[in-house]
Amino acid sequence: MMGFIWFWLVAVMIVGYVVLDGFDLGVGVLHLFLVRTEAERKATLGSIGPVWDGNEVWLLAGGGTLYFAFPLLYASAFSGFYLPLMIVLWLLILRGVSLELRNHVDVGVWRSLLDGVFGLSSGLLTIFFGAALANVLRGVPLQADGYFFLPLWTNWQPGVHPGILDWYTVIGGLVALVALTMHGALWLTIKTSSQLGRRAKDVVTPLWLLLAVLTVVSLIATIAVRPASLNNYFNYPVTFVVPVGVVAALAGVWFLNRNAQPVKAFLCSCLYLFFMLSGACWGLYPTLLPATTGADRDITLSRALSGPHTLAVGLAWWIFGMVLAVGYVVFVYSKFQGKVDLAPGRH
Amino acid sequence: MSSELIHRLHFAFTITFHYLFPQLTMGLGLLIVALKSVALKTGSEEWDKAARFWGRIFAINFVFGVVTGIPMEFEFGTNWARFSQQSGGVIGQPLAMEGVFSFFLESAFLGLFLYGEKRISKLMHWFSAVMVFVGSWISGFFIIVTDAWMQHPVAFDRLPNGQFEVLSFWQLLLNPWALLQYAHNMTGAVVTGSFVMSAVGAFYLLEKRPEEYGHIFLKVGVIAGVIASIVIIFPTGDLHGKYVARNQPAAMAGMEGLFKTETGAGMVLIGQPNEETGEIDNPIVVNDALSFLIYGTTKAEVKGLDQFPQDQRPTALPLLFYAYHIMAGLGTWFVLLMVVSAFLLWRGLLYKARWALWALLLSFPLPYIANTAGWMTAELGRQPWLIYGLMRTSEGYSNTVSASNGLFTLLGFMGLYALLGLLFTVLIYREIDRGPEPRVTVDEIVPAD
Repeated sequence: MMGFIWFWLVAVMIVGYVVLDGFDLGVGVLHLFLVRTEAERKATLGSIGPVWDGNEVWLLAGGGTLYFAFPLLYASAFSGFYLPLMIVLWLLILRGVSLELRNHVDVGVWRSLLDGVFGLSSGLLTIFFGAALANVLRGVPLQADGYFFLPLWTNWQPGVHPGILDWYTVIGGLVALVALTMHGALWLTIKTSSQLGRRAKDVVTPLWLLLAVLTVVSLIATIAVRPASLNNYFNYPVTFVVPVGVVAALAGVWFLNRNAQPVKAFLCSCLYLFFMLSGACWGLYPTLLPATTGADRDITLSRALSGPHTLAVGLAWWIFGMVLAVGYVVFVYSKFQGKVDLAPGRH
Repeated sequence: MSSELIHRLHFAFTITFHYLFPQLTMGLGLLIVALKSVALKTGSEEWDKAARFWGRIFAINFVFGVVTGIPMEFEFGTNWARFSQQSGGVIGQPLAMEGVFSFFLESAFLGLFLYGEKRISKLMHWFSAVMVFVGSWISGFFIIVTDAWMQHPVAFDRLPNGQFEVLSFWQLLLNPWALLQYAHNMTGAVVTGSFVMSAVGAFYLLEKRPEEYGHIFLKVGVIAGVIASIVIIFPTGDLHGKYVARNQPAAMAGMEGLFKTETGAGMVLIGQPNEETGEIDNPIVVNDALSFLIYGTTKAEVKGLDQFPQDQRPTALPLLFYAYHIMAGLGTWFVLLMVVSAFLLWRGLLYKARWALWALLLSFPLPYIANTAGWMTAELGRQPWLIYGLMRTSEGYSNTVSASNGLFTLLGFMGLYALLGLLFTVLIYREIDRGPEPRVTVDEIVPAD
């Protein structure tokens, strides 16, 4: 029971991270292409300025929760994905610094450099996160002791000894890139007005078409790479509601964006991410990290779960703390709701 | 180079660089609350501008602290996997609590403090400053709890597979080691914050900049500085030292360079520990002082390194000795400088005393060195243990990550952090150079109401 609870609590934090930091990553990618003037760039960055840091906290809080609830998984996955995680850290560093320091720099060349770094690091992060999830879904070459080490790439084929990048995980990366860029475009549609807002609304259409294709491709590829992903669905057919939810949410994005209801369209995009991620988690459950080297080496829920005292202590403060945290999030977003507009003024 | 060494250097380098930023934000957080409180009480626009100015310095530091802090949580898993697997059930908790209880709070109110001043009332803006301060100090607390458990494990049990599990939430958080270390460490952060504020104040006066801000910064910086400089030695440093001596006697012997057990042990002020002869070269010693400081009597016996088998002595003895002496020596200078400055401030002489202003200006890097040396003392003193008495450092690093891969990413971090350090220096200097008077800019973002 504790295992079930903690599995889904960690999943909730991952979903929270992707839904929230997802839109500011997407805005990071988009601002390279959508923005025409310095004023528009300030509006674009201003739409995420007060919230991006809080959004990133979900990653840290989720990582910490994973750490104490499933220490073996944390230890194995973090050391096994050593190289890509370090690259992710470097990208997070570059991204945070380039976004935040832009306000403190007023030389055009340096601003352009920081903008470029911000956009590029945002895009690469979405690809890495998508590829990371795909790596977990595909499985890794676990040794008997539960550890592994993956090179960045081998022969680009998923198999017993794959690399971080193969054709399957690249698809995962692309899905994340397109999905989060669209997520960011919907956010910009809500937060900005005039021409910028219109361009953001228009760019949703091509991104949506691309995403629809990629979603189907990734679904088929996942079933091909790890057929066992379907077991839970066939054992509990009612859970086919999840893929139906994916389709419905995608359709919602299309129609609501067309009908100029950006807030609802954005929420549908949140739902899309929620259904995609929880669908993936359900495809894994109760495995946490599948082994390509034989199912007996899978890191499963029962194998990785912390002791009962740890989990009981953890649950008490976790619930209390997350209620507080959600309170702050709601508070901040309500203080900064409405469009970000341009007006003369001082810092 | 061995994997163990690479992984130790990896963590040591990244955490040392990281802690340059939070020590200022934690100290400055408190001082900004002081500035905002005076502004709120008196309605003074100058104190508000002073608070906004330090808010900008805070913001830059905060960003660097955040981006260099994220790798720290990851490195427990990437570089110290075996340690994490064994101890995650315990130390994963305070690390997760830091995110849940502190970072959400801190990021929410910092956003409001920096971006929302026009949208909220003066009182709410003051409250945001307080919450940012509280958030940063909560964050510090959970990190200290994590470290304190490694220094002095409490409230745990071991599962059949060897994993540690936590038995009591409150005992974990109220670990006596954590409380002492927290008091000492947070005072250290206030020392850094107050020295930096005093130094900027001194700079403005020496440079003949708008003097009112030089006066404000010196007033707040020196008053906070004299209190913090005293409190960091007595009682916090004194109590913490006594606790170390009783619970980690090998660490204390190493810090003091005490090779042989002595009754009426002397305290070495300066010298070089010679591990081959087992003596201090070129020593300057205060007789009986160590016995007195630890046990309150000059005749007490203090255990030397000879009481401990070789495999339980601190592994980097000279570095431990120097780190401790650098911290203590600088701490002495802080008290001297701040007591004199506070006296001059009280007599109304400080603003004209150029020699004192120069001393305050040039002393700003020293608290950074002292805080770093203090942390090195704590972590080197714990060696060869990762969890004191229970798990050795050699048993904790990720043995699936080769030395070569570790070196690859260590070099990557060194390059990236060199760049960050440069960027940080330039940006901070520019903010100080511009000063607290508002800049007039066009196209500034004002969120529509």
